[in-house]
Amino acid sequence: MKKIFGILGLLIAVCLVTASLSDSFLSAYNVENVLRRSALFGILSIGVAFVIITGGIDLSLGSVVCLVGCALPWLLTVQHWPVPLALLAVVALSLGIGLFHGLLITKLRIQPFIVTLCGLLLYRGIARGFTADQTVGFGNEFKSLRLLATGKVPFFPGFDLPAPLLFLAVVAILAAVFLNRTIYGRYLLALGRNPQAATYSGISTQRMTILAYVVSSGLAGLGGVLFVLDVNSAQPVDFGSFYELYAIAAAVLGGCSLRGGEGSIVGVLVGAALMQVLRNMITLVTTRNNVEFAIIGAVILLGVVADELTRRIAAKRRAAQVLQGATAA
Amino acid sequence: MSSPILEARAICKSFAGVRALKGVSLAVHPGEVLAVIGENGAGKSTLMKILAGVQAPDTGDLLVDGVGRSIRSVQEALSLGIALIHQELNLAETLDVGANIFLGREPHRWGWIDAGRVSREARAVLGQVGLLVDPGTLVSTLTIGQQQLVEIAKALSVKARVLIMDEPTSSLSDHETQVLLRLIRELRAKGVAIIYISHRLGEVHGIADRVEVLRDGENAGHLSRSEISHAAMVKLMVGRELSQFYPHQTHPSGEVALEVRGLRTAAYPAHAVSFEIRAGEVVGMAGLVGAGRSELLQALFGVVPALAGTVRVAGVPVIAASPRDAMAAGLALVPEDRKHDGLFLEMGVRENLSIATLHRDQRVGFLNRTKERDLCAEMIPAMRIKTPNTEQPVQFLSGGNQQKVVIGKWLATRPRVFLLDEPTRGVDIGAKQEIYRLMEELAAKGVAVLFVSSDLEEILGMSDRVLVLHEGRLNGELSRSELSEEAVMRLATGGNHSTAVAAS
Repeated sequence: MKKIFGILGLLIAVCLVTASLSDSFLSAYNVENVLRRSALFGILSIGVAFVIITGGIDLSLGSVVCLVGCALPWLLTVQHWPVPLALLAVVALSLGIGLFHGLLITKLRIQPFIVTLCGLLLYRGIARGFTADQTVGFGNEFKSLRLLATGKVPFFPGFDLPAPLLFLAVVAILAAVFLNRTIYGRYLLALGRNPQAATYSGISTQRMTILAYVVSSGLAGLGGVLFVLDVNSAQPVDFGSFYELYAIAAAVLGGCSLRGGEGSIVGVLVGAALMQVLRNMITLVTTRNNVEFAIIGAVILLGVVADELTRRIAAKRRAAQVLQGATAA
Repeated sequence: MSSPILEARAICKSFAGVRALKGVSLAVHPGEVLAVIGENGAGKSTLMKILAGVQAPDTGDLLVDGVGRSIRSVQEALSLGIALIHQELNLAETLDVGANIFLGREPHRWGWIDAGRVSREARAVLGQVGLLVDPGTLVSTLTIGQQQLVEIAKALSVKARVLIMDEPTSSLSDHETQVLLRLIRELRAKGVAIIYISHRLGEVHGIADRVEVLRDGENAGHLSRSEISHAAMVKLMVGRELSQFYPHQTHPSGEVALEVRGLRTAAYPAHAVSFEIRAGEVVGMAGLVGAGRSELLQALFGVVPALAGTVRVAGVPVIAASPRDAMAAGLALVPEDRKHDGLFLEMGVRENLSIATLHRDQRVGFLNRTKERDLCAEMIPAMRIKTPNTEQPVQFLSGGNQQKVVIGKWLATRPRVFLLDEPTRGVDIGAKQEIYRLMEELAAKGVAVLFVSSDLEEILGMSDRVLVLHEGRLNGELSRSELSEEAVMRLATGGNHSTAVAAS
């Protein structure tokens, strides 16, 4: 919980600094835009958080975004599939990818890093293959479908909520309920803490691990659909490129430990928002977009170092207390 | 006789307040095989580690060639000619045989490893131990027995004058054992002093010139060559008063709760084990380390698959492919290594206690928080778990309280058969007694209790009946009236039932 306050404080600080440096930061247009991007990345981050909680990693989700983002317009405009069928196909595709990862990781015991690294190469390659590296897009069609991502919900006069935020809200609530209120959420956390003890406690650790990868790829698929609907077209070469790293960084900033067993949905959301505000700040405040990665890298590193230091101080304090208790007794 | 090459005087060593060695003395002479024997936990391995510089003694003196020395590191011990071959293999599996033999003291020229010399000298020592493999062979491709021989070759290559072997034959085949014993005789003839630790009294009888017996971290006695006999060794290894520490009562036993027929485990596929346990019985399972006891419990509980055999709980056949199946059949297992297999250290007492019953108490997939709270309210006082609150991470509890959390978690599943693997290991004396009391209560409620223990006193104190395993085989069963430390030790070291009971 303390962890979330720390990252929330950082988010607010970055917002304040940006607002003081740039007049346009708080404009309705910009706020809507940042919220939309945060929502899209939030969905990806929640997905990868599930995997990180089990102690695994998913490097493939940027490529899943690319594959789904290219497949949807391709199926609709080139193959002329009906909308429901095309949506069903990309949903099945992304869930299938997660299942495939999960089975490789649990049944063949291949390391998640390797499995999803290969996925990263594989899915982008496939997308570039069937599109022959050509940009695929909706052109001027499918306007109503695109409203899923571009639509706005009136919030108060002069300010509307972007539609992806509603998707994020639903996903986040379901994920939080799942993690905190269901026995399976508890199993997932326990598995991340100690897979061996989880097995001894009668938890089907393989099934839970597979589930985590299915959730991760499934949400990457949802993200891919919303991303491509939002921007109207996808270039297979770089669509969704580096998104896995944004998502992983958001999850880690939000309190997920790469050791597994730790993480909260609220933290992940704040982490995802922080990433997007940072990017926004760089665009608005500097004239140089090319330092984006350097700044984001530095902020994440600072956050993680600060977290580790506070943890050590807390541990020392606790040890001192125990020692005191022991000598008193 | 010549003067001792290595002598230990009044060595004391404590770990976290537990006294492992209480003033042990030992001397070994050139060209002599000294066997050191004792029960599990008698302090043998600790003493050997001190002799070889792995650990430092708290007090006491070490003399090499009659000169007082403080051996503070393995390097120092090696430079004095003292080499230890560990019980657990210490080889780098991904390196080849030659690299392992010279690990840390590679012959080199200008910083480059002299591969030719490594190969030549490795071949020579490998020839001595009768292991005919190329020095370029990867260690991971060798059998455990061959790896053991590589360890011995490594010790030979430092030209050790004192060679300490901690249960070198525990993983060797009969043939490999014979090769090793022949090698030991050759080394002895060359004037090397050998300290030989083994549980296999037959081997000791065959090779030792002298036997030193340790018990509870003290010298229990010694035997000269002419005095060595199976009976004499067992007598020295055990032979102490049983305290009134155990709350054991005889239980009226009920129906057969657990029936095991022809169970084979991966550890000892050649031996099928069969036994049954009645409701309300407390059965101890004794045997030496490596006798296959833990593997048996793990197979029963579905942690590792059994190779063959049938298991019935209350007459109903159980196919335990996973712990979940075993739990559904009414089994519970308190594992040997609680930190590794039993607990979620960073999670709270509540979450640890409820983890095995979440599934049963669920409300269509949702946590039943009321039941979870009730469980804590019931278990924490009943088990006398000392914790400031229900959310305290279990890593901050003492070993005894941690173990009570593990036991409590399984009590909550209300099992018919309770399996415990070394239930009191690393637990303080107060918690020990409470665990014994719990085992008694369980039996009184009609639960069948099967516990594995390396603590003979505990086996004798708590069991209605004792099953003794020897190298994967159920070597015998002792009723309470037949129970004695000598009888258990005889069966555990491979003796047969009639002589075991007659001797005691």
